Amino acid sequence: MTAGAVVGVRTRPDGLAGTAADIVTVAKRNFIRVFRTPELLVFSTIQPIMFVLLFNYVFGGAIPIPGVDYINYLIPGIIIQTAVFGASNTAIGLTEDLQAGIVDRFRSLPMARSAVLAGRVLADTLRNLWVILLSIGVGYVIGFRFQAGLVNAILAVLVATLFAFAMSWVFAAMGLLTKTPEAAQAAVFVPIFPFTFASSAFVPTETMPGWLQVFAENQPVTFAINAMRYLVLGENEFLNLNAGQVGLAVLWSLLIFGVFFYLAVRLYRRSGE
Amino acid sequence: MLAVEVEQLKKYYGDVHALDGVDLSIPLGGVYGLLGPNGAGKTTLVRILATLLKPTHGRARILGVDVTEDPGAIRRRIGLAGQSAAVDELLTGRENLEMVGRLYGFSRTEALRRADEVLERIDLADAANRTVKTYSGGMRRRLDLAASLVGHPELLLLDEPTTGLDPRSRQDLWDLIEELVDEGTTLLLTTQYLEEADRLARQLVVVDHGKVISRGTPDELKAQLGGDVLELHLEDPGKIRVVLEQLEGLGSAPATIDEKTGLISLTVGEDTGAVVEALRRLDRERVQLRDLSLRKPTLDDVFLTLTGHTAQTDEPEPTGRKARRRARSGDRS
Repeated sequence: MTAGAVVGVRTRPDGLAGTAADIVTVAKRNFIRVFRTPELLVFSTIQPIMFVLLFNYVFGGAIPIPGVDYINYLIPGIIIQTAVFGASNTAIGLTEDLQAGIVDRFRSLPMARSAVLAGRVLADTLRNLWVILLSIGVGYVIGFRFQAGLVNAILAVLVATLFAFAMSWVFAAMGLLTKTPEAAQAAVFVPIFPFTFASSAFVPTETMPGWLQVFAENQPVTFAINAMRYLVLGENEFLNLNAGQVGLAVLWSLLIFGVFFYLAVRLYRRSGE
Repeated sequence: MLAVEVEQLKKYYGDVHALDGVDLSIPLGGVYGLLGPNGAGKTTLVRILATLLKPTHGRARILGVDVTEDPGAIRRRIGLAGQSAAVDELLTGRENLEMVGRLYGFSRTEALRRADEVLERIDLADAANRTVKTYSGGMRRRLDLAASLVGHPELLLLDEPTTGLDPRSRQDLWDLIEELVDEGTTLLLTTQYLEEADRLARQLVVVDHGKVISRGTPDELKAQLGGDVLELHLEDPGKIRVVLEQLEGLGSAPATIDEKTGLISLTVGEDTGAVVEALRRLDRERVQLRDLSLRKPTLDDVFLTLTGHTAQTDEPEPTGRKARRRARSGDRS
């Protein structure tokens, strides 16, 4: 076969469009993997259902929030927490690929470098979107309702998805640092627990001791939850919810994405030296 | 144009010199063998040539292109298979190859057409729609090789393609490799097996501790070794001295003795007369043998001859912590 004939069958455009095509190819592969790993699918489906039911019935009676049903307070918290948990799969999946030699296969191919990471993040974000919608559905069954209109409801889902996307990049960088699935598995819980529990997810931050309150009120998970809550409940003086929080959450998501995208791509390039 | 041109290539990991000044020039066409034990630096070299690793020092050109200057151009023209690259367990054979085709830039239709063509080629068409998880070791290696063929490579880098395979699967893979060579593909093959290098490669380099310690045709290498080895195990170890005296003058070099096991080895080459004569003499002295064998030279013999030590090495190949551990505990029988 001559070189000319070989070049002839390549139809991928150069530049960004080519990179996008590679991202879709890698994402598709990761998607197929999700559907062929029933344990992962079942667990990531059961987890939000369990959280919604458990937290609602365990804490629901103990935490009175004036003028708000606890389920309407809880769902935004559950969704952001579940999104962070879900995003941590990016670290584990990436380390599995590194260990299995799949990443080396990708490296040896004439594809966009960033597509290996971006394709995984895209697949993980779509899976996270499914989990977000599932949590809302389960919530609906036990009384959750959007109270600020359809547009805000859609915005709420978008804000949560954007935050999940940004968090996937954090965990992509962690995966490249930890290198093995075992290490990644252990490492991801170090940020997950303080950030999701020391937040406004389950209880108003006012109930926490002062030093913890300072952290809980000024960290990105709380920003994302408050933004979602505003979009679910509308303005609420007691919970200090207003439109500005949506802007803050979007800004923080973009900031996290920017910083960790840069770090992850750098780590990825350097891991070949 | 040469397929591979390597000058004074070095790769250091701190104090570990995985490659310590390798020179190579591989012409287009045929199989070029890279022979060496675990940890010799074979995988490091292949990874540099496949643009997965950057060299610390020196130059490597693939098909006329420098690996550090335009890795993208090289990736379009080479295929990598074996230890260094994998296939996805959860995807089917066809899905794996379709994905690789798409990443080479083929359209969806073209990628699928090419996947089926290659699957047919490597005799995996029947298993095309099964997940790789269900494949045998031999099928997996064939698919791995198939993935490297999708992009019509001019140069194939095969990193220990048959390590861990049973003899039958190894034979199948060898046949496939020979077909590829007949079609004009250039192959660089790394192996720990002298037999494999002998069967496939026209030219060989032997590497150890990151350096080339010998090069030539398989026949030249075997001539250096002196060929077949007669091995004797005595019933009565007290007779060793008598036996060594009797064997004097036979074979291409004086007999050697392994002090731990009491195994006496005599390199006899193609000279079967020496074997007959040796046995006749031992019988005359009424030496009882517990065991006797005539074997082909192995990689260990190559190393014993070339370096004075066997292929066992404490120098790890640092391609990752896992690989390092594997290199230490690896089976080098």
